[in-house]
Amino acid sequence: MSAAVSGAAVFDDREGVARLRLVGDWTLAHHAVLLGQVNGLRSRIDARVMVDASELRVLDTAGAALLLRLLGGEGVHKLVGSDSGLSEGGRALLAAVGDAMVGRGAAPAARKGSAVGDVLAHIGEGVGTFWRHAVDLLGFVGLTLSAMLRVGLRPSRWRLTSLVANLEQTGLHAVPIVALLTFLVGAVVAFLGATVLADFGASVFTVNLVAFSFLREFGVLLTAILVAGRTASAYTAQIGSMRANEEVDAIRALGLDPVELLVLPRMWALLFALPMLTFIAMISGILGGMLVCVLSLGIPVPMFMSIIANDVGVSHFIVGMAKAPIFAFLIALIGCMEGFKVEGSAQSVGTHTTSSVVQSIFVVILVNAIAAMICMEMGW
Amino acid sequence: MSAAASETIIQVRGLVNRFGTHVVHENLDLDVRRGEILSVVGGSGTGKSVLLRSIIGLIRAASGSVRVFGEDLLALPAAQRSLLERRFGVLFQKGALFSSLTVTENVVLPLIEHARLSRPEAIRLAEVKIALAGLPANAGDKYPSELSGGMIKRAALARALALDPDILFLDEPTAGLDPIGAAAFDQLILTLRNALGLTVFLVTHDLDTIYTITDRVAVLAQKRVLINDSLAAVAALDDDWIQEYFHGPRGRAASVAAVGEESH
Repeated sequence: MSAAVSGAAVFDDREGVARLRLVGDWTLAHHAVLLGQVNGLRSRIDARVMVDASELRVLDTAGAALLLRLLGGEGVHKLVGSDSGLSEGGRALLAAVGDAMVGRGAAPAARKGSAVGDVLAHIGEGVGTFWRHAVDLLGFVGLTLSAMLRVGLRPSRWRLTSLVANLEQTGLHAVPIVALLTFLVGAVVAFLGATVLADFGASVFTVNLVAFSFLREFGVLLTAILVAGRTASAYTAQIGSMRANEEVDAIRALGLDPVELLVLPRMWALLFALPMLTFIAMISGILGGMLVCVLSLGIPVPMFMSIIANDVGVSHFIVGMAKAPIFAFLIALIGCMEGFKVEGSAQSVGTHTTSSVVQSIFVVILVNAIAAMICMEMGW
Repeated sequence: MSAAASETIIQVRGLVNRFGTHVVHENLDLDVRRGEILSVVGGSGTGKSVLLRSIIGLIRAASGSVRVFGEDLLALPAAQRSLLERRFGVLFQKGALFSSLTVTENVVLPLIEHARLSRPEAIRLAEVKIALAGLPANAGDKYPSELSGGMIKRAALARALALDPDILFLDEPTAGLDPIGAAAFDQLILTLRNALGLTVFLVTHDLDTIYTITDRVAVLAQKRVLINDSLAAVAALDDDWIQEYFHGPRGRAASVAAVGEESH
């Protein structure tokens, strides 16, 4: 095949007859050159122009589209019908492109918006989204609770295999990361306490600080935030991919309840796993604090233990542990709910996974703050 | 044109593909000539799609050679390989449209990335391709998840045609289309082949497509290409599977329809 020759449109109207010669390759490779010529000639082309395509070498769909723009639908129709020297294949292609584009106008211009208007619109959308999320969450809580009651009364419909599998994923596999993180945070809290309390000559109270904070707040809060990042995202991605793949619709079509099949085992798994992880987090955080106390404050282990046994009431442990199932319930629900909102595209899975992590961490911190206030007022 | 027609554009020699212990292809040979429409047929699980993926370089074969335009894709440096890949148009079995982009954006993507068109120009051209593939004008702004199965196929064809490729690989293009749409699809492929001199590599189960538009048929069976010849020669071969395929009730109906069409 000889070298490609850039296409061209040559126009002249000598002797009162408008002639248009099409030469060379009208292909995508020469699109830019051809486009310039087409735009320059378009105003001079009318219905009476004689088109000569005998020197046209190659025509592809991009070239055909340009010809269509140059000559218009009528002109292309005439060119296909007339004896213009166009090859058989080129004629068929031009006819196909011309027919396909019948009745389609130019692309509408892009909408222009003002910056201020866009900002206001975004704020409005944001508020609306927040409100919808809250309503959706409440609705989903109701749906899950009713499914829970229905299934709970019939042990034959408990899905133990799925529950155990989820328990392993969300509970057992999370133990190392939860233990390590809370251990480190425990050590940091002890260091902080030792530094600040030393000024008052009260560094022995570091023990109380570590024990109080981990039993009441940090143990459960750190665990819940970790689990929100780890498990809520996993739930959303799992259920979301099933949604995108129409698997959830298949479950419905088989006469099964997706909430019962997908949500309940995950929720129960987290309801068991999060309290257990919280317990591990408390122990591990206190161990971290103890290490610092032993090494830098010279408080021996038996003394550390006796201070906790004497000064720290069991009520703090109960308050901490009581929050765990609540957090577990919310995290599992948000994770599953966002999964069900996925709509078919890969981007949608990503958006909802992000949303589920952000929402569950937000809800955990919010509920924890409310719980702290209630406990303070009640003197628990 | 006759000299060019016999030129081999895809040459597969001694191809072996296996997944674990499961051997899909064993010493498979196949030639595709420039400008022809080749149908690859075979029972389910005979590795038709695997063959297609080996040719376009998505799967590295265990042994054997695949040469496209006389080059071994997997041995080329990345830049040269990309240049060759631009001359392919591939329509995957499920469309493989980018789900986070609209149909128009899907078609625009290769035009902007490879043909270096400005965005408004690429959009104009994309609209032509979308129209050519038989989609309504309002389909361009939709996301793939909002389209029906047949429309996804058409949108994927529009994307495959975006760069006006030399070789078009179609993996079951008419599966899931209604008969009218499938017939229009066949005609479109034929028109494009005649106008652009495209080479079309078609994996299909659609007997109507085979009878209406294909030049040659390659039958995959027993882990290799059993025969690669004109439809008449293939249909006449003495092999149980081929006889059942082409002379079963559906095969007979399609052949009668194709003959009827020609006599009109």
